Amino acid sequence: MDIQQNYFAFLGVSEAFDIDLSYVSERYRDLQKQLHPDKFAHASDREQRMAVQYTAYLNEAMATLKSPLLRAQYLLTLKGIDTHSEASVSIDPAFLFEQMELRETLESAKASDDPFDVLESLSDRVEVQLRTLESAFKSAYARGDDTSLEDAAAAVRKMQFLTKLSSEIAQAEHDLDG
Amino acid sequence: MAYSEEVIDHYENPRNVGKMDDNDANVGTGMVGAPACGDVMRLQIKVSDEGVIEDAKFKTYGCGSAIASSSLITEWVKGMSLDEAANLKNTEIAEELALPPVKIHCSVLAEDAIKAAIDDYKKKQ
Repeated sequence: MDIQQNYFAFLGVSEAFDIDLSYVSERYRDLQKQLHPDKFAHASDREQRMAVQYTAYLNEAMATLKSPLLRAQYLLTLKGIDTHSEASVSIDPAFLFEQMELRETLESAKASDDPFDVLESLSDRVEVQLRTLESAFKSAYARGDDTSLEDAAAAVRKMQFLTKLSSEIAQAEHDLDG
Repeated sequence: MAYSEEVIDHYENPRNVGKMDDNDANVGTGMVGAPACGDVMRLQIKVSDEGVIEDAKFKTYGCGSAIASSSLITEWVKGMSLDEAANLKNTEIAEELALPPVKIHCSVLAEDAIKAAIDDYKKKQ
């Protein structure tokens, strides 16, 4: 174990968008066991502190690789591109119009005759778009030249809008069930 | 993080929420988004033949600061000329609403939105 390694190397998979998640989960549980506080009950303060530090890194690594959006963002940061905290970038207006429309549909869903139906078709639309963007990201990232990486970043920015919307739809479904 | 009273007031009682007809030649629409937080903002202005902003409407899906920033700017631009409105700075919004540093980008979004609306209006003329 070495926390100087990036998340992919740390969890034993190669640096790519497509990863074997079941392998990653297995490796995660394995490392979790090795780092369990019980194993360090009699260890020195320094070793205990290191185990805590490693566990934090492990959890961060797992959370990042598990989520397609976080995984894509992380792959870009490994190439020196930060799409996560940038303040202002221009986004394709047609995409923004559609985002506005999707959010308006979500907002009006609760008042519709069949809110579950509206939410379900909305969710389907969002998921289809996310899958399309993920595959666009994957091929652009794999090409790897500067222009392609900029295309990959553009796909990730759009994924950020859609992933947020997707969790808002899930929340609305949850509220209806409530 | 605590929101200022101004932010809460604009968030709870947003001014000028709504939509104008985008096909109207006197209406300019600005659509902007903040990828980092996934916020989307639509800001529209209706401009008189004399070049004065008669009315402004917005719709924002985002945090309290983003809603307050767009609500405030629609109040400010009413009665302004296009040049005056184009010269509004995000720092003025941030100051009026007492936005903390992590929320400054919300005021930038509102400034970008009004500029985009003015550009859209000019393109239509």
